[in-house]
Parts: sequence; C-alpha cells; structure tokens
Amino acid sequence: MSIRLENLNYVYSPGTAYEKHALKDVSLTIPHGEFVGIIGHTGSGKSTLIQHLNGLIRATSGQIYYNEENIYQDGYNMKELRSQVGLVFQYPEHQLFEIDVMTDVCFGPKNQGLTLDECRERALEALRLVGLKEKYYKASPFELSGGQKRRAAIAGVLAMRPRVLVLDEPTAGLDPKGRDDILEQIAYLHRQTDMTVILVSHSMEDIARYADRIIVMNHGEVMYNDEPKKVFAHFRELEEVGLAAPQVTYIMHDLKERGLAVDTGVTTVEEAADEIMAAMR
Amino acid sequence: MIRDITIGQYYPAKSVLHRLDPRVKLVSTLLYLISLFLFKSIPGYIMATLFLFGVIRVSKVPFKHIVKGLRAVVMLLMITVIFNLFLTRDGAVLFHKWIFTITEGGLRTAVYMTIRLIYLIIGSSLMTFTTTPNELTDGIEKLLYPLNKLHVPVHEVAMMMSIALRFIPILLEETDKIMKAQIARGADLESGNMIQRAKSMIPILVPLFVSAFRRANDLAMAMEARCYRGGEGRTKMNPLHYKTRDRIAYIVVIVYVIGVFFVGRYVPLGIWIF
Amino acid sequence: MGRTMIQTEKLIYEYERRDEEGNVVGTSRAIDRVDLEAVEGQFIAILGHNGSGKSTLAKHMNAILVPTGGTMWVDGRNTKELEELWNVRQSAGMVFQNPDNQIIGTVVEEDVGFGPENLGVPTDEIWKRVEESLKAVGMISYRHHSPNKLSGGQKQRVAIAGVVAMEPKCIVLDEPTAMLDPVGRKEVLKTVQKLREKKGVTVILITHYMEEVIDADKIYVMDHGHIVMEGTPKEIFSRVDELKSYRLDVPQVTLLADELKKRGLAIPEGILRKEELVNYLCQLD
Repeated sequence: MSIRLENLNYVYSPGTAYEKHALKDVSLTIPHGEFVGIIGHTGSGKSTLIQHLNGLIRATSGQIYYNEENIYQDGYNMKELRSQVGLVFQYPEHQLFEIDVMTDVCFGPKNQGLTLDECRERALEALRLVGLKEKYYKASPFELSGGQKRRAAIAGVLAMRPRVLVLDEPTAGLDPKGRDDILEQIAYLHRQTDMTVILVSHSMEDIARYADRIIVMNHGEVMYNDEPKKVFAHFRELEEVGLAAPQVTYIMHDLKERGLAVDTGVTTVEEAADEIMAAMR
Repeated sequence: MIRDITIGQYYPAKSVLHRLDPRVKLVSTLLYLISLFLFKSIPGYIMATLFLFGVIRVSKVPFKHIVKGLRAVVMLLMITVIFNLFLTRDGAVLFHKWIFTITEGGLRTAVYMTIRLIYLIIGSSLMTFTTTPNELTDGIEKLLYPLNKLHVPVHEVAMMMSIALRFIPILLEETDKIMKAQIARGADLESGNMIQRAKSMIPILVPLFVSAFRRANDLAMAMEARCYRGGEGRTKMNPLHYKTRDRIAYIVVIVYVIGVFFVGRYVPLGIWIF
Repeated sequence: MGRTMIQTEKLIYEYERRDEEGNVVGTSRAIDRVDLEAVEGQFIAILGHNGSGKSTLAKHMNAILVPTGGTMWVDGRNTKELEELWNVRQSAGMVFQNPDNQIIGTVVEEDVGFGPENLGVPTDEIWKRVEESLKAVGMISYRHHSPNKLSGGQKQRVAIAGVVAMEPKCIVLDEPTAMLDPVGRKEVLKTVQKLREKKGVTVILITHYMEEVIDADKIYVMDHGHIVMEGTPKEIFSRVDELKSYRLDVPQVTLLADELKKRGLAIPEGILRKEELVNYLCQLD
C-alpha cells in the first residue's frame, strides 16, 4: 500500500502567455501509514502536487502508482481512487451545501453507492473521529462556528473511509486553539486508524511537531525529502527559498554557537527544554 | 478548465484603442453592431470584416486571445446554426431526411447569422478587452447622465456593472475549486440525464451562492469604509474629456457605417440574401 | 503623551437574535463595557480568538457599527453623530481580512484612487496621492497590474495604499494577515511598521498571531466581548497559562522560556525574542 510518483511533470496552460512548469520531474514514494508533511512557499507546486494524488489533475508526463497500479492506465477506476485518497481542500467549509451536517457528511458515501444505513453509519463514525459534538449533527452547516465547520467538512471526506488523507492547510484562518485542536485531531486519527496522512502547511512548528517525514517543494521541484531533524538542519537553505526552521531550532543553534553543548537537531519546545536542562546540569 | 474563459476581461496593452475615451468605444461598438444589420451582400461582409480586423490590429490584443473568448459562446453559436439551418424554409432543398430539411436559404442564413454573431461578440469583447471596467463605468455613466433627470440611478447601475466585471474571474476560480472539491468527494458531474445532471449541480451552486453573498457583504463594507456614498460629490481620477484622437475615431467609425451601408446596398457584387 | 486618537468608554454592542421566522428571541452582547485608548502614533494590538468580539470592536472604529451603549470617539469625534460619519471614516481607515473582497478597482492604481474619489479630492491631487501611497507600500511598479494577478501579501499592500491615499490619522487592520502565507504576513507587517515610522499614523492591529504584536506599545486581549488582559507585550506574554485559557498561544521562544522556568531555571518572565533567551541562558551557564 503506497503511492509512488515517477518523473512527474505538469505544465499549466501550455502554449499560452501564462504557461508555467508547475511540477518538474517529481519522483517520490509515500509508504502506507506515514505522516508526511509538505512545505513550500505559495506557488512552489505543493497544491498542484496533491491534486495529482487523486487524479484531479492529470500529469503532463510521468506516472503515478497507487498500490503499484498505474493510475493512468486504461480502464483504471478513478472514482475508486478518489475514495481511497481523500483530499481536503483549503477552507473546506466553503464546500458545505446540505441542509444539515449529517446529510452533508453523507454526500461522499452516497456517491460511493452505499445504502442509506451504511452512509449514516460512516457519517457517524467520521463525525465522532473529528470530535464534533452530537448536538450539531442536525444543525445547518452554515450556523456552525469556523472551527466546527472545518471539522464537519473534514468529516465529509473521512466518511468515505479513505486509506490516505491529504489535507491542504487545514488550519488556515483558525485561531491558535482552533489550530491546535484540528492538528491534535488529525494526529489522533493517524494513531487510531492506519491511514496515511499527508499534511500541507505553512507552519514549520506544526509540521515539525507531527510529521515523520517532510517534503520541501521549491519551484516545482522536490528540494528535500527527509525526516524533520535533517530537513531543518538546512535552515539557511530553507530561508533562501522563503521558508524557515521552527524558532527553537534557531535558539539551539545560537546556544551552541555560544558554547552550550546542545543538540541542534531539536524541533519542538519539549525536546528543546529537555536538551537545555541536560546541558545546564 | 473553466478559468480559460477570457470574454469580458480587460487585456492590458498600450494601443491607441486602449487610450481612446470609453464613450467613443461604447458608441462605436454600438454603431458597429447596428452596421452588421445594415447590409445584405458579400461586399458588406468584406467591409465589416476588414474594419474588424483593422481594429483588432490597432488594439494589439493577440488574435488567439480573442478567439479563446469565443469558446465560451460555442453553445450559443451552435443553437443559432441549428435553428437557422433547420427552421428556415427558403429556396431549393439541399437535404431532407425525416423531419430535417435543409434549404439553400437556410444554409445561407445560418452562415450569415453565425458570422454576424461572431463579429458581434468579437466587436463587443474588443471593447471590454481595451477598456478597464472602471473606464467603462465612467463612460456609461457620462453617456447616460441625462437619464438621471428621469430618476434613473445611472451611477449605481454603472458601479454595479463594474463590480460584476471585477468579480467574474474570482468567482470562476472559485467555481473551479468547488467543482474539484466535490469531485474529490465522489460527485459525478458528467453522466446521467438532464434532471440528474441538473441535480448534480446543487453541490456546486449552493456553495457558490453562499460565497458570492459573503463576498458581496464584505465588499459593501469595504466600500463604505472607504467613504463610498454614491455618485454625489465624487470626483474622478480620470475625468472624461474628448481629445483629437477621439474625434478622429468618431469620424472613422461614422465613415465606415455610411460606407458599409452604401456598399452593402448599392455595389452590385455577389449574391443577395433575403 | 500626544492626542488621544481612539477612545471608548463602556462600549456595548448588542444585536438581536432571531428564530427561523425572523422573530426576535433575545439579544446578545458582542461587546461588553469595553474601555480602550489609543494615543496618536501608537501601535495598539487587539488579540482574541475567533468570535471574541475583536472584529466587531474594530468595525466601531470606522463607524461601520455604532455602539448600542457607551461611546466611541475617533479623533475627538463621537461616532454616533451622523454628521461626523464621513470624517470618522476618513480619519480611521480600515483594512480587512480577505484581500480579494476589498479591492474594487480592476487595475491597482484605480483601486487606490477609489477612496480619494469618494472624498471629492481634485483629480490632480488624486494622482499625486495614488503615486505617493503606492510608493509608501512599495507597490508602485505594479500600478498598472490587475489585482487578480498579485500575491495575497501584495493585494493587502494595495489595500493599505488605498487607505493611505485617504490620508487617515489612524489605520485599523482587522486580521490583515489571517489568509496569507508567512512571506505575505511579513510583507504586510513590514509595510505597516514603515508607515508608522514615516507618517506617524496610529496603528490598531487586530490579530491572533502572537509574533505580530511583540513590538506593540500596548496589547488588549479580548474574550467573550470583554477586555480580559491589557498591558505591554512583556506583561501580557509573561502570563502564558492565562493566554492559553483564552484560546491563544505565545511565540515558541516564550513557550520555551516558560517551560524552562517551570523546570526550575531562573529566567525572567515575558521573554519575547530569541536573543533575550539565549543571553539569559548563557549567563546562567
């Protein structure tokens, strides 16, 4: 169970003034069950990349293998792929449309051709997984608060029981608590199920905290593809492309420069505190 | 996909046409549209074609870009062709099968109507390609100003138009995004009969309307915050004054209209239609 | 101390709640007895989670909303007085969250000219102001561009220029960076800081990004329509747990300093910058 991209290229509006090489020779393997973070500045190709994963955009050249099956081969079931690879867009609450939350969450399973009972069962499961309180199930999605709307929208994708969950900046526009809640919920999901999670984010702090592996995109190319510690060790190169390492990584580097024996590979506050306490003793 | 629609969009370039007074462009477009119905012969079409291509050259808008705009109205063109082709019964029968009959007159009308329609669309989109919505608004406002005395809210109507034009690309992009998101949730937008397909649009239309209302609300607030209070007491960044080039443009257009009228009527070349 | 730019006294804003048929079923208080003051040239930050009332408060500063109780003065003018409405809106310019939904013009310079046009500024003067404002936000080379082709940060800078062209004494920014990426966020903040230095405008920044407010002269924290904390960044950020209880957080440096302090290191409260923390730690060692 994995996703494998081979020499993927994508060119926007070829042959016009707006032609843009959005993906250049991208080759990647995402093994099943991993928590992958994708970072990159706006226009680095990360949104284009994730839309390839469920076949919404077709590559100009190159191949994608889902479970070792080429998704571009004749007769490949795209609809099935889309229910296996769930994609949560940015501001997903903007896609809510049904009269109540429950019906909206059922939209995905209904499209999969499931019976009404099965739809409801999956919707309930998904709504529980995103931690939305039961009193909101019958409420109109438009009456919920920002954070609740977002949960409902994520549940709409989860109800399809995807094996891979791709989220494009799921915390955009939320306040700090809302941000942490959603991320915690996603981490919980990842622990509870054996889903692969692919998280696109602008926040290095968030990615460092949750991801097993980070893919850094720059101008349509994969710049780094490694575990967080190793990626953030390149903080100077990251800065050059408009990104940065988490703040604590910088602090550790500064401390080391001033002669304190700390590990500079630290990326979260807890790790940093441990390191500093150990070094101070 | 849907973002490729270029019709009605301003195309920035530095041409005489871009610099003309919007009133000239509005009046000229109107005159050109009328002129298309003033003649019935091939020489007339040749003149209208030459004039149109001349203006396209002057506008510096790439021909490809203009043609792309036509894609959006292909359906409309098809309907015109079909209606004219099958419903006009005039002259020799060229083709007949079951209830479908194509006559010589029908074919001719279909061809000419299509050309007229295409020219009509190109003519008016040339105006929007070379005029920013704000200029357009100013032009309409000033042209229609006399109606204000009859309590027609000219300024408001003009402002609404200009805002609509600004938000078309944003809403198109939004439609694209919503479509993709619903497809990702397994929505099937392509198969099924008419009713099923209409129904499958609900997951796209509802979010689109919600978003449009939200944007309208935001925009109204932003405009008020910037002291917008209708047309009264407002000054203009680009007040409209006719310049020499505008007068020349008027003369050129009027000469063309008179020319096409006489050529179309009295130059005995080619076939007559109707 | 300079002149008071913005002042509220026991400001209350209530709105009616309606049921599905549109009948009034009660009233809710979005803002409850808020007292706030901003002196000319100051940088004031208002923090709060989504739904805390901070945006509602911001809309009062521009008289988009008027208080249902208490008073709001902008540059000495009571926003409730109808004849002062346009003066209030001119002296306190407003920048909103969504960059797309506040740009009216289809060309950058047309948009910047929209405000002055509404104010009835003579044509030559409009062009002068448009040019100056676009220079002030560093967007002059984009003057003939369509706003749709700009990045989020650039759009917000155009929106700021649109406000600057109205020559306000105060700029109220209502979550101007919430929809931007980190690069855009930095761009916008730098622009605002530059304006403050060059033109001496008062800046009111409403946000939930803590890193943006460490240079503020004063911070107000809102929750449920109340002001629950006020003080300098140092004072505010030394109360990490309290901030967290209001659904907010603190920069990672502050968090780390707080964590180390809890584990017994002698570090002062309210550390805002990484240099500060590094210095303290090196002294301890």
